Parts: sequence; structure tokens; C-alpha cells
Amino acid sequence: MASASERGSGEPSPSELGRPASAARPRPARVVRFTRTERALHWIHAAAFLVMLATGLVLYLPDLAAEIGRRNLVKNVHIWTAVAWAALIVAIVVLGDRRGLASAWREVQTIDRDDRRWLARAGRAPQGRFNAGQKLNTILTAAFAILLAVSGFFLWLGERDHTFMLDGAGTLHIALTWASIALLVGHLYLAIVHPTTRHALRGITRGTVREDWALRHHPKWKPERESR
Amino acid sequence: MDDRTIGRAAFLGLLGAGVAGLFVTRDVGNTLGRLLPDGPAFIPGSSGWRIYTIGNGLPRIDLARYRLRIDGAVERPVTLTLGDLRRLPAAEQTSDFHCVTGWSVEDVRWKGVRFADLLAIARPLPGAKSLRFVSEEVPYDDSLTLAQAAVPDAMLAYEMDGKPLSKPHGAPARVVMPRMYGYKSVKWVSRIEVRRDVVPGFWEQRGYDADAWVEKSNGIGV
Repeated sequence: MASASERGSGEPSPSELGRPASAARPRPARVVRFTRTERALHWIHAAAFLVMLATGLVLYLPDLAAEIGRRNLVKNVHIWTAVAWAALIVAIVVLGDRRGLASAWREVQTIDRDDRRWLARAGRAPQGRFNAGQKLNTILTAAFAILLAVSGFFLWLGERDHTFMLDGAGTLHIALTWASIALLVGHLYLAIVHPTTRHALRGITRGTVREDWALRHHPKWKPERESR
Repeated sequence: MDDRTIGRAAFLGLLGAGVAGLFVTRDVGNTLGRLLPDGPAFIPGSSGWRIYTIGNGLPRIDLARYRLRIDGAVERPVTLTLGDLRRLPAAEQTSDFHCVTGWSVEDVRWKGVRFADLLAIARPLPGAKSLRFVSEEVPYDDSLTLAQAAVPDAMLAYEMDGKPLSKPHGAPARVVMPRMYGYKSVKWVSRIEVRRDVVPGFWEQRGYDADAWVEKSNGIGV
């Protein structure tokens, strides 16, 4: 959606994303989208989730279980990854930019009129730093992560002491896993494949995104310019 | 309701529903499972079974050298090959399999030997009380009383769903006791010890019930 003046100027449209900037052109202005704390949280969670997903599937699917064997090793990797995940998340929250995280979390939980319109009309309403889909994804991911941790803890404890074996722990853990996979597939599609959104990947890897992209996709957001 | 509460309500609502889900009885889980096409079997690579072992990997058993020993409080201790086992009167049945952790597999076809026919060879001595099944997966074992082993659908199985028992399911021979939770159905059985007492099995030493009747033990349905 390039503006009319851009279209008439003969300059490459800013919507042609992913093009290597020519040496003659100045570097596009970039704005800060994710802080180091936010990026650390994202990638710790992503890495731990993928390890637990892989080991969890080996534990759960009979064909894989029989193929791989070594159930105890796989189980230990699964459980210790969960422990490491929880410890690292707590450490990042405690040692990182707590105020920034708290304000980001407030932002995520705020579903305003534009967000509701955006959801109802498949993306036709001005959005802030996070669009409504990203807000929902964050809320769901956070809730699923906490519930996976709690149900997983009771699966572990219930095997040791039967009084703690909760009826729904296994069912919940598995249902959340499938729901998380569905979320992840959508997230990966938008982050890697979908042409107009995949520039966001730069934000979560390097922290900054192009200002023109931010203005176009997140017009209500008032970001800070990257310090050079 | 202002803008903030919507997202917060969604988050807290999800957490609340999930925590409630922890305590919902497994019947609900099974009902949900039945609503999905073919239960969990629609998931690629899944047959509904979860293969549980207590060690790393599956025990290595050379079928040609496999022997089943029946000893303890018997008149005549015997050692059977797989061929011997297959020459005994065979029984077939279709029964459900219930795991204490909440999953079930319905309509499993088994073929094997009833314990009465096995014991007829070794002849338990007076005062014999239980059969202790010793797995090749050391140190797994579990027991059935003679009365429990005599229920009409208990057997030592060597075929499942029309095929020789596969390794993950306990090849070459496993206990099948559909009326009790799966941990009683010992896999990879290589010894049946006839005892005058009942010794706690692997999971029973960890708090699980010895009389593991489905829906009537382990805090489920009681």
C-alpha cells in the first residue's frame, strides 16, 4: 500500500521489502520494536518450546517412541528443559527491563475499539505496536505456557505420588500441545512466509524494523528511532 | 468493561478454565476423545497406545532363545519355548485396554494362553496364592492372585490384532488383564513365579494399588 507520491516518484517503493538496499541509497530509518529483554524472553521460550515439543512427541506418539527408544533419556531432557525454561524466564523478568515488560504486557492486554474492528474485519483498522492478532497470540501463548507447566508438573508429581495424580492433567497437557502447535504454525507463517508481515522477523531478531514499515502496519504506534 | 479488561479477562479466563480442566474427571477426557474421529488415532503416528517403559529402550530378546520359566510353589517347574507356548490350547478375545494415566485403547484383539492351561502343566502346590510375572525389563514385575488370574479374560498373550506381539507391546509374551489398569499387564514376561504370598509389584512399591480394578482403584471412581 504505497502512497500516491511514492508511486509517482519512480523511486523503489518501500513496500518492496527484503530488497538489498543499494549502496547509493541511505540506510532506511529504523525504529526500535523489541528490547533486549523482550527478545531474550521470546527466544528462550521458543527454544525451550521446540525442545519440549520434540521430546514430548517422542514420549507421546507410539511410532516415534518405538523408533527412538531411550524413553528415560527423552523424558529427562523434557523435564529438565522445563525446569531450565522456568528458571530462565524468571531470571529474565527479574534481571531484565521489568518496567518495559510490564508496560508491554499492559499493551498486549488492551484490546481497544480499533483492535476489535481489526479482528472483525480481518485487518482493516489502525494498530499500535502490536496488532490485535499479535495481542491474542501473546495472551494465548502465555496462558498455554503456564497451563502446560502446571499440568506437566502434576504429571511428574502424580507418577511419584499417586495422591497428586489429577484426572485431567494428561488430557489438558495434550490438548494444550495441539493448540500450541496450531498457534505456532500460524505464527511461523506470518513471521517467515507472508510477504507483508515477515519484516517483523527483523524486529524480534535484531530489535529494529524499518520506520516506513512500522508507520504502514502500526500507524498508532509512536516508536523511538534507533540510536546510531 | 473497558479495553484493558477484555484481554485480561481472556488471559485469566483461560488460566481458570485450564486449572479447572486439571480436576475434570478423565471421563470427560474420554468423551472428548470419542468425539474426535477415531479418538487419538487420527493423529499421525498414533494408534492410541503410549509405549511406557521403565528403562531406556526396549529389552533385547532373542526369540529363538526365549524361554518362559514357571517355578516357585509348583509340583513341576517347567521351561517353555515360544513354540511350546503356541502349542498350548489357544484362546482369543477382544478387550479394551485402560492405562491408569487416563488413556484407553478399545477393541484390542489378543491371542494367547489362559493361565489355567499354563498352570495345568506346572501344577501349583496347595497354599499357592499368587503369580508373580517377571519382565525382561529389569526390575519390572507385578502379580495377580490365582483368583484374579482365573477371570475369563485374563491371559498370557503372544498375538495382538492378528499379528505376533510386537516388541513395544511386550514380545514375545505379555500378561493381558483387561479388568485392571495396564501396569498389571506385564510385558516381556520371561518368568512366572508361583508364590504363597502376594508381593508388591514395581508400581505398587510406588503407591499404586495391587488390586488395580479399572474404575475402582487408584483413587479413580472410588
